[in-house]
Amino acid sequence: MSDAAMVLGTADRLMADQCDDATVRSARRGAWPASLWNAIAQMGLPLALVPEGSGGFGLDPVDAFALARLAGRHALPLPLGETMAANQALALAGLPLAEGPAAFIPVESGLVLRDGRITGTADRVPWGATVGTLVVEYLLGGARHVARLDSGWRVAESGTNIAHMPRDRLSIDAAITATAPAQGHPLYLMGAGLRVLQIAGALDQVLDLSIAHVSDRKQFGRALATFQAIQHELARMAGEAAAAGAAAGLAAEALAEAAGDPMLSVAAARIRSAEAASVATGVAQQLHGAIGFTQEHRLHWYTSALWSWRDEYGGPHHWTQCLGAAALAVGRDGFWPFVVAA
Amino acid sequence: MNPIRFATPPRHEAAEALRHDVRAFLHDRLAHVPPIRRADSWTGVDKDFTRAMGARGWLGMTWPRCYGGHERSAFERYVVMEETLAAGAPVGAHWIGDRQSGPTLLKFGTEAQRRAVLPRIAAGQAMFCIGMSEPDSGSDLAATRTSARRTAQGWRINGTKVWTTGAHQSDYMILFCRTSGTPADRHAGTSQLLIDLHATPGIAIRPIIDLAGQHHFNEVHFDDALAPLDALIGQEGDGWNQVMSELAFERSGPERFLSSMQLIVELIAVLGKGHGDLTRAAIGRLSAHLIILRRRSRGVAAMLDAGENPALHAAIVKDLGAVFEQSVPDIARGLIDAEPDLAARADYNAVLAKIVMNAPSWSLRGGTREILRGIIARGLGVRG
Ligand SMILES: Cc1cc2nc3c(=O)[nH]c(=O)nc-3n(C[C@H](O)[C@H](O)[C@H](O)COP(=O)(O)OP(=O)(O)OC[C@H]3O[C@@H](n4cnc5c(N)ncnc54)[C@H](O)[C@@H]3O)c2cc1C
Repeated sequence: MSDAAMVLGTADRLMADQCDDATVRSARRGAWPASLWNAIAQMGLPLALVPEGSGGFGLDPVDAFALARLAGRHALPLPLGETMAANQALALAGLPLAEGPAAFIPVESGLVLRDGRITGTADRVPWGATVGTLVVEYLLGGARHVARLDSGWRVAESGTNIAHMPRDRLSIDAAITATAPAQGHPLYLMGAGLRVLQIAGALDQVLDLSIAHVSDRKQFGRALATFQAIQHELARMAGEAAAAGAAAGLAAEALAEAAGDPMLSVAAARIRSAEAASVATGVAQQLHGAIGFTQEHRLHWYTSALWSWRDEYGGPHHWTQCLGAAALAVGRDGFWPFVVAA
Repeated sequence: MNPIRFATPPRHEAAEALRHDVRAFLHDRLAHVPPIRRADSWTGVDKDFTRAMGARGWLGMTWPRCYGGHERSAFERYVVMEETLAAGAPVGAHWIGDRQSGPTLLKFGTEAQRRAVLPRIAAGQAMFCIGMSEPDSGSDLAATRTSARRTAQGWRINGTKVWTTGAHQSDYMILFCRTSGTPADRHAGTSQLLIDLHATPGIAIRPIIDLAGQHHFNEVHFDDALAPLDALIGQEGDGWNQVMSELAFERSGPERFLSSMQLIVELIAVLGKGHGDLTRAAIGRLSAHLIILRRRSRGVAAMLDAGENPALHAAIVKDLGAVFEQSVPDIARGLIDAEPDLAARADYNAVLAKIVMNAPSWSLRGGTREILRGIIARGLGVRG
């Protein structure tokens, strides 16, 4: 087995074991799952996207992104992808890595540097009230820079997405000590890409749960799975899960590539995976019947996460505008080469 | 874990270099082909074009040299397939032979069959058709009735095949038939025969006109037709397994999601530069679907190349590909008001008409949507 397969296999088992009922339910009530984070951190996963020379462990970035897919598969109630991306941005800019969980704030939040201080408000920061480090992206002379902050913000309003994952508004006024020109991809794209991976992972899970449910549940004296209508709906869901899987591969490859602009690939992946999330969650909820519409059954951990992730870092409107404008700009004869290049 | 992981399509430098040559060739060759004819794509037959493809070494690309092939990778072949389809080239005279019949002969045919036929397919000189469906055996292929009885003179064949695309223009048919038992025996007793359509007495081919008024498919009657005993492909009685392995090749290629490509590009041409949110949203979504479908189809190509059996994956690509292709006309209609008209001078209206009238076939040919979903469900383990 390759090193990467071993890391992914171990991470999968760890998440499967430790994202147990009690842990997830308490995280959804707002507790920080410290021991889960410690286990993840002990494996070094927050450093997965950091280049080997800067303190990482030499995982291929595409495999590192696969960790985000696993996080989605287990509805991991932690900012793992976010911390991976934050650390990567720090490492590429030559800044010290975060000690614990971190969040990144893309340039789109509009934070400004004035008189040596970063100020502004950042909305819906994942686990904003818990993270110890913020990686802030801002513009200086038209170029993207990143700054590492360890203090200098307060929680202006705490909130969550509909999967009960913290999304806090931070009011920032921090003196900066560590800053440098940004070297990696724009953080908004990283955020969008991470959500694509998480969606693909969660859809793997939703498909598995649905297969298991219709195989167990009997009505009219037979397992639901024996009804053709049910089989065809499952097949449709599998097609959507496969589409999200392909989107995840596309996004991971585009973002793993240091050169080139990953924007159009991320846009395509984002649009398709968001649509897959919508269709497949609809089918999954239907196939589960009323029990799937309760907090007792864990289906909603994944479906509510999917309903959140599909709209974070730009919903379908934003990304179709972006990809559609690019497609229309290349025109009739340029369209196919455009498809091939994505 | 569920079994729907697709392989990651590799980036293949030789294939990308080839793409350049193929585009240049097509640009030249199709310069005067109007959009409505491009919209025919893999049902368009132009034997000169097919011979030109053969002359460039772009048919039978992955086959061994001793059979006229070129021993190139599956990825180079994929590039040729997708570029010709995206451009709307008339590939109908070689599509079936190159994609399906040739590989079947390579895998199961006798040495004599391979030597006689494969070099001609690779040269673009032999056109193939598929004789599977019958009046009473559509989705239920195992119900086939057409029979071939072994006699001293050869196989004596009786029965009727229908929907046989291109039979009237083809040189050969690969015939799926019953060589023993009765239809009640289902899969058992079925075989495949290589039928030389020019040299077999007792065959009558009659056109069936499709709803768009086109003549693509046919009825093929076998009335005591006589084929030599060495026409048998593979094992007698093993026809069912052979056909099933053939279908993975048939189901995952770029022809499964590019059928409405010409409507997309004509739509983009008509939309031009002045457009609003709604237009961008629709075109952005179409582009995303196309990009992701292409990635999955290339994933299947990678799995075929690695010797895996991606029958489930191929079924997924074909099912979603057909849903996508069929969605395009309504999306276009939501963006541009235009009456479909095959005879229209405006390219867009003509292509719209062509696509609207051909779209129903995309979820039928090569296995219906319902049959594919059954295959996917079986692959997921929920169907015995
Ligand atoms: C353009 C075109 C080209 C073709 N070219 C060829 C060719 O070259 N060679 C060849 O052999 N065939 C060819 N076909 C035939 C094609 O393979 C058949 O149309 C297809 O297999 C379906 O068979 P059928 O038309 O008899 O429909 P039927 O099998 O009668 O099906 C009718 C409807 O019932 C559904 N159905 C059937 N069985 C089930 C089931 N068990 N559960 C649920 N739903 C079911 C089908 O999905 C479909 O929706 C072509 C067809 C078309 C449209």
